[in-house]
Amino acid sequence: MIYIFYFLFFGFLLTAIIGLLASWIDRKVTAKVQYRVGPPLLQPLIDIVKLLGKETLIPAGSSKITFLMAPVIGLASVILVSTLLWINNIYPAKSFLGDLIVVLYLLVIPSISIIIGGFASRNPLASLGASREMKLILSYELPFILAILVTVIKSGFTFRLGEILTFQAQNGAFVRSWSGTLALIVAIICMQAKLALVPFDIPEAETEIVGGPLIEYSGSGLAIYRLMKNMLMFTVPFFLIIVFIGGLRLDGIHLLYGVLKYIGLVALMTVIRNTNPRVRIDQAVKFFWGPMTIIAIIAIILALLGR
Amino acid sequence: MEKTIIPIGPYHPLQEEPEFFMLTVEGEKVVDIEVRIGYNHRGIEKLSEMKSFDQSTFLIERICGICSTSHPFAYTRAVEDIIPVEVPERAKYIRTIIAEGERIHSHLLWLGLAGHFLGYNTVYMWVWKLREEILDVMEILTGNRNSYAMFKPGGIRRDIKSEDIPVVIKKMDSIVSTLEMLKKAVIDDPVIHARTKGIGILSKEDAINYCALGPTARASGVARDVRKDSPYGAYDKIEWDMIVTHNGDVFDKLVVRILEVFESIKIIKNCFLNLPGGEIDANIKDIPPGEGIGFIEAPRGECFHYVKSDGTNRPVRHKVRAPTFMNLPTCKATIIGEYISDATIILAAIDPCYCCTERMTVCNTKRKKIYTGKDLIKLSREKTEILRNKMGVK
Repeated sequence: MIYIFYFLFFGFLLTAIIGLLASWIDRKVTAKVQYRVGPPLLQPLIDIVKLLGKETLIPAGSSKITFLMAPVIGLASVILVSTLLWINNIYPAKSFLGDLIVVLYLLVIPSISIIIGGFASRNPLASLGASREMKLILSYELPFILAILVTVIKSGFTFRLGEILTFQAQNGAFVRSWSGTLALIVAIICMQAKLALVPFDIPEAETEIVGGPLIEYSGSGLAIYRLMKNMLMFTVPFFLIIVFIGGLRLDGIHLLYGVLKYIGLVALMTVIRNTNPRVRIDQAVKFFWGPMTIIAIIAIILALLGR
Repeated sequence: MEKTIIPIGPYHPLQEEPEFFMLTVEGEKVVDIEVRIGYNHRGIEKLSEMKSFDQSTFLIERICGICSTSHPFAYTRAVEDIIPVEVPERAKYIRTIIAEGERIHSHLLWLGLAGHFLGYNTVYMWVWKLREEILDVMEILTGNRNSYAMFKPGGIRRDIKSEDIPVVIKKMDSIVSTLEMLKKAVIDDPVIHARTKGIGILSKEDAINYCALGPTARASGVARDVRKDSPYGAYDKIEWDMIVTHNGDVFDKLVVRILEVFESIKIIKNCFLNLPGGEIDANIKDIPPGEGIGFIEAPRGECFHYVKSDGTNRPVRHKVRAPTFMNLPTCKATIIGEYISDATIILAAIDPCYCCTERMTVCNTKRKKIYTGKDLIKLSREKTEILRNKMGVK
């Protein structure tokens, strides 16, 4: 029973609330940078509620079940991964062997659900966006996994998130070492691509392919995708906080530190997204397989040397 | 590889005007393009022939909201070509000031949109905020933010007040400092380099063969500018430079436009310093029979007007050729072989303006039934009748 509570309360409700709030902060800061007013606090929620009430159109010739299931699969995996992260964060001892790998796998599924939805909608622009998303996953996953590997090496080759957390609680966060800092930089840039934010919003590129895979979605399907993206805005930074910056502690003054860590990451994302134009897909692949992978490998070597 | 057709338009969220580009792509590479325009035809030339010479100026101004000075300028020059009339010096200077103000706001508008096409929305918003200041300046000078209604055959309609001049010069200086910052942010940005350098190259030969005009030609190394080639207004009386670059890619087109804004500010300031006194209108009474042409450098290139008079108060023929008409075909040379991600910025790099361009539409009348005005009215009445019956209205 307790797991269902975690699943519903932490995994879904809390993550959704923080995610919507983060998306509001992102939009508000962006608006301020651009001399605009920006949306009111509840706007992200209002958007989703409004979309849920709209008619869901299914394009003729699309594969119906896949088209409708894709957003649900994406949302389900985000809820599952955030539940796992919350349980590990609150009770590090409840960690099971290899949950780090499970989390890495589950974090890819939202992107895959977007690919499936895009191909299922049978629109040339959606297919183009889906193929770009596929190339993007192939490009950023390698440096992302290498960066996460640094934490595995530094915590004495453990694949349990809980043990990584307890190790950091005893010996200080990994980000304080050279290898940890380098790996975190790589991971943050990969996070930008995972969340499909500028400069890596290539799959959705509004001005090139008009939203890409989401072009045919309307009503509740689009609402679920929006919610999924907003929740990812909490889940992925939360994962990085757990593996690099010592997790979020919910007692006393540590809660404030935790909030600051998270807001710092969101602010960094917003700054990157507002000071860059969009890159092309081939440039993104070159960027991730070239400099990013090399930095990640340097971080691994440093970690093996104990720095 | 299989060929797919990617449509851009006629109604595309990216574009503010209806036009249709049919891109044939292999994977992500563009192999062919077909352009169709003509969705925005309003019959301006015919309308102009039904109005008097004086009224036409206001109509011509409404061909395009952005080029709302270029068209009246070319039109008044065409009318002045029919009657040999000397426009007063002060009017010439003020015409130059208004035309350059329009060039600044048009180039800034394009720069903002280019940022938007590249996904760089911060530049988009910042540049458009800067453009507001220019529009404020134009409001001080002419009373309107756009569609200034300053031109009339033989002179201008409204004089500039001498107490406004220091205010405008001060505003221009503040615009220059903001623009310097923006220029650094855009021209030195490595990601913008990666996205625009070597993309959509229009070679010098192609620019000449396609008769490219304005910044599109000047970015390819063709030194072609009506303001220098056959000066009008006050352009031959003040110092300014023509900006020419040689690579012909999107980045060079961007650089040409940014640097031209600086030149325009220089021209405006010089005009204010040397502004002569005197009359602003030559008071043309009637227009004799004859033909006249007027051509000026609009923000996008040479704008050309032809007016024919038969001695009445109306033009019997009025022909308009906007610069986009010449620049649009160059996309055939620039876009083929590029990635689909770059297609929008390449198409936008010529700074297209379709409402200026669309003078006529050719229809294929062989296949389908042609509806005349009478048929359409009949259809409309039938539909109203059906709706009435449905709603129970007598």
